[in-house]
Amino acid sequence: MTLHPGFADPVLDSQACFRAVLDAMSRPGRIAGVAFPDPPPPLDPATAAVLLTLADAEASVWLDHGALAAQEWVVFHCGAALAAPGQATFGVALRPVPLAGLQAGTDDAPELGATLILQVAALGRGRRLRLSGPGVATTATLLVDGLAGDFVAEWAANHALFPRGIDLILCAGTQVAALPRSTRVAGG
Amino acid sequence: MTPAVQPPTRRQHWMSVLARASGQELAALAGPLPPYTRLRGPEAGLVMVRGRTGGSGNPFNLGEATVARCTIRTGAGTVGHAYCLGRDLRQAELAAVLDALLQDPASGPAMEAQVIAPLATAQAERRAQLARRAAATQVQFFTLATMRS
Repeated sequence: MTLHPGFADPVLDSQACFRAVLDAMSRPGRIAGVAFPDPPPPLDPATAAVLLTLADAEASVWLDHGALAAQEWVVFHCGAALAAPGQATFGVALRPVPLAGLQAGTDDAPELGATLILQVAALGRGRRLRLSGPGVATTATLLVDGLAGDFVAEWAANHALFPRGIDLILCAGTQVAALPRSTRVAGG
Repeated sequence: MTPAVQPPTRRQHWMSVLARASGQELAALAGPLPPYTRLRGPEAGLVMVRGRTGGSGNPFNLGEATVARCTIRTGAGTVGHAYCLGRDLRQAELAAVLDALLQDPASGPAMEAQVIAPLATAQAERRAQLARRAAATQVQFFTLATMRS
């Protein structure tokens, strides 16, 4: 296993990626593009770039079984500590994981709710999700391939916790989409 | 319990020699370098230098120092690190490449003789010269207790 590089220009590249995540977060349903030339396997370029942009020495990261191969890269480049899913600020998963297993924050400190970075098979094709809520004028449509079968019900439970809850960032290839906890999701 | 002080390993020795050398010295001695990938940096930043107070030995923050660091990977997959005081990015990058080459059993011994040995000799020489200059200005003070009464 060899160590892979981080951002070529740490300041500008992470700012560009942050802007893409901000766009995706503030307009649920919008798919933003992120470039990252040499991601560590098995992470996609978008997953690696988002993690490198958001996680730092003050964050803790949980990697699911599939993402563990990138552990050395995460620790070296982000400087973040690894943590159990119930304690981590960021979760990185290559397969759908139960949202209830991550910390949702408290009513006093909802900002402690975790952000799950979920790598899916594809964005822009696959299952249709209808989104509404802050950042969406009427309804938006997001096509995702690779979510859990009961995702809509699971997300409804997460949304019901508001202002607590977890935020979801979906990554596939070089594409990023996001579902903040404030978004309502309907299937079909 | 303080951990027992270990003698420096060979890698610690060459890393300290590389950290004290200038970028020009390293470039002159290293010669042509194999292709490599930059993993992080070279970049300059601040580190907090911590000291220990006398007596109790509690740590305290002495002040911040500028440090250049770099991490590279050679074609063979060896990862080299370098941390150097100051902001000489060229030095940090060359030191990281040399750290990787020195770890490689194929190129290590030759590099050690070609780069580390002459640098270590020159640095020891400089340190001894400085010590001699300082020793020439040394003044001995005597306190005669009997003169006080």
